[in-house]
Amino acid sequence: MKKDIILAGVGGQGILSIAAIIGQAALNQNLHIKQAEVHGMSQRGGDVQSNLRISAEPINSDLIALGKADAIISLEPMEALRYLPYLSKEGWIVVNSVPHINIPNYPEESALEAEFAKLPNVISFDADAVAKENGGVRTVNMVLLGAASMILGIEDTKLEEAIGDVFGRKGEAVVETNVKAFRAGREAGKKQMER
Amino acid sequence: MTDKLLLLGDQAIALGAVHSGLSGVYAYPGTPSTEITEYIQENKLARERGVRSDWCTNEKTAMEAALGMSYIGKRALVCMKHVGMNVAADAFVNSAMTGVNGGIVVVAADDPSMHSSQNEQDSRFYGKFALVPILEPSSQQEAYDMIRYGFDLSEEVGLPVLMRITTRMAHSRAVVTVGEPIAENPLHFPEAGVANWVLLPVNARRRYREIIAVQDKLEKMSETTRFNSYKKGGKKGVIACGIGYNYMMENLPADSDRTILKVSQYPLPADIIREMVEECDEVLVIEDGQPFVEEQVRGLLDCSGKIRGRLSGELPRDGELTPDNVAAALGVKEGQHFDVCSTVVPRPPALCAGCGHRDVYSVLNEVIREYPDHKVFSDIGCYTLGALPPLRAIHTCVDMGASITMAKGAADGGLFPSVAVIGDSTFTHSGITGLLDAVNSKSNVTIIISDNLTTAMTGGQDSAGTGRIEAICLGVGVEPEHVRTVVPLPKNMEEIRKVIKEEIEYNGVSVIVPRRECIQTLKRKSRK
Repeated sequence: MKKDIILAGVGGQGILSIAAIIGQAALNQNLHIKQAEVHGMSQRGGDVQSNLRISAEPINSDLIALGKADAIISLEPMEALRYLPYLSKEGWIVVNSVPHINIPNYPEESALEAEFAKLPNVISFDADAVAKENGGVRTVNMVLLGAASMILGIEDTKLEEAIGDVFGRKGEAVVETNVKAFRAGREAGKKQMER
Repeated sequence: MTDKLLLLGDQAIALGAVHSGLSGVYAYPGTPSTEITEYIQENKLARERGVRSDWCTNEKTAMEAALGMSYIGKRALVCMKHVGMNVAADAFVNSAMTGVNGGIVVVAADDPSMHSSQNEQDSRFYGKFALVPILEPSSQQEAYDMIRYGFDLSEEVGLPVLMRITTRMAHSRAVVTVGEPIAENPLHFPEAGVANWVLLPVNARRRYREIIAVQDKLEKMSETTRFNSYKKGGKKGVIACGIGYNYMMENLPADSDRTILKVSQYPLPADIIREMVEECDEVLVIEDGQPFVEEQVRGLLDCSGKIRGRLSGELPRDGELTPDNVAAALGVKEGQHFDVCSTVVPRPPALCAGCGHRDVYSVLNEVIREYPDHKVFSDIGCYTLGALPPLRAIHTCVDMGASITMAKGAADGGLFPSVAVIGDSTFTHSGITGLLDAVNSKSNVTIIISDNLTTAMTGGQDSAGTGRIEAICLGVGVEPEHVRTVVPLPKNMEEIRKVIKEEIEYNGVSVIVPRRECIQTLKRKSRK
């Protein structure tokens, strides 16, 4: 088992919670993990990414090499495309289709859609809407994690367990809300994949 | 008891230090080092033991406090980002001169590729300069293990030990197996007496000779330490330092017969390297940061021509190591990958919506537009982002505290208006002495201390002068009628405009303190 994943988004969107949950699930299964994050100046509304590597064998590099990522999970469409050179030719993109526009020259949505259309394996859907219907707007990252869960190589029960471990401190209600969003995301992702 | 934890490199260092019987961590926040101290502040055992962990005013005060703690026999950790080493340098270099009693480990977190920094300086040069051992872990597990080793080493050789890490070690998580904590050192003084602590020339000369004399021993330790390893193989050799080792291992096939020297402890093991260079046709040096090892091994004249790396062009001269540039240096063929997507545009960081610095800059811009020759000297912090469009409000950002002194120098030379913009934490870090200079020479400067009551850029750590900014300015000698406090909110713009205008027109030192809490720390509090 070996998965290299790039998590992408804009500072403050919550990619580190996704990373923490996948990391915890991997730890619970005694897998090796390396997860490089971005802190500091780059976080202030700028683009952020995290390189997450999980493997049954020891891992050397903290960073993923060009063309080697099995998946890009992005909370926002343009940020998914920023890391395209790192995606393997057979890799998957799981992306929230709702753009985060905080710059004046954000590309046209149609231009982004055209880029995704060129790629073989894309799960793109309105994760904001799914979140609103289920756990609330702050659970968009869990919805996306749910949608990505089929390609992570980790059983969803293990991921749900990890949600409990990571959010447990905040109380049972928070855990339940996040698990609900995760499950809704998983269903949404499945539908997209079957298309 | 052993336990497996998922830890950032910074957290592994922090926990390793607590488990090594640490009595105090002394630090000023700076990316990528901040999480070390934060972890110790939250750690249960550290709290139970009362390990001292409040933030310091700057890196120099941190280094000195650690030295004081060491003199009485206890173990102290000092943490900073690489440029903090410049601030701490006087104390750091001279802590080697006096030597230590309780162990001191100084962690310098370098930031090659400048993710969050203004330069790429390599802290290993400071270690060599001060003639102390340097540790450079290649994994989070090693970081945890090396901290205890570092404290033991420091006490064994009587010198501070420098641990140098880079961003990818500091801010990358991995599973770390942790061990049993040991007790803190009791208060005790060195048997040899305390003459070493008085660096009068007569003592300093003796101490310097002692430090020089111990260098051979340090070099021998680098040959036998478990953190360095030498594997003899074929005619192609690699010296891989710190996390450079990981990028090499990522790329080398399992049956590779390269001769490999892994370096995680310095001074360099010269005898091993001599043998290696004799046996090999080519030795590639893989090191993150500046060509510290490559320069030493090849020497000025590069007689052998065998030493390859950043200086010879196999690796880029600047920027951090990546698995890709190391692959190229090792001659591994590049695999297929997608091209860069041309639709994607840069998304630079920006001041948060609702941030008080924004209001300060927009009104400052309005006032200062009337003065065509104006310059605004700024500083290190979130407010440095005021340089970017649409604000474009500042003209300099050099080093901590430089805004005030640079504004003074420019005013001395005849610039009007000469304005400084500095944050509260940066002001107490290194701005107060500059303000005293300005007051003493009655320079015509307008200093804006944009006070958000925290050290915001690094995530909201305590700021040393909170609640006392005006008192400090008055104490330094700024005239009371020219210390003005305002609240940067859109509804107060007219008042602030008037205050800025008046103080620019005043011929002397004036300080304006726009004060409003950082909206990030405010949000965090309201969530609790």
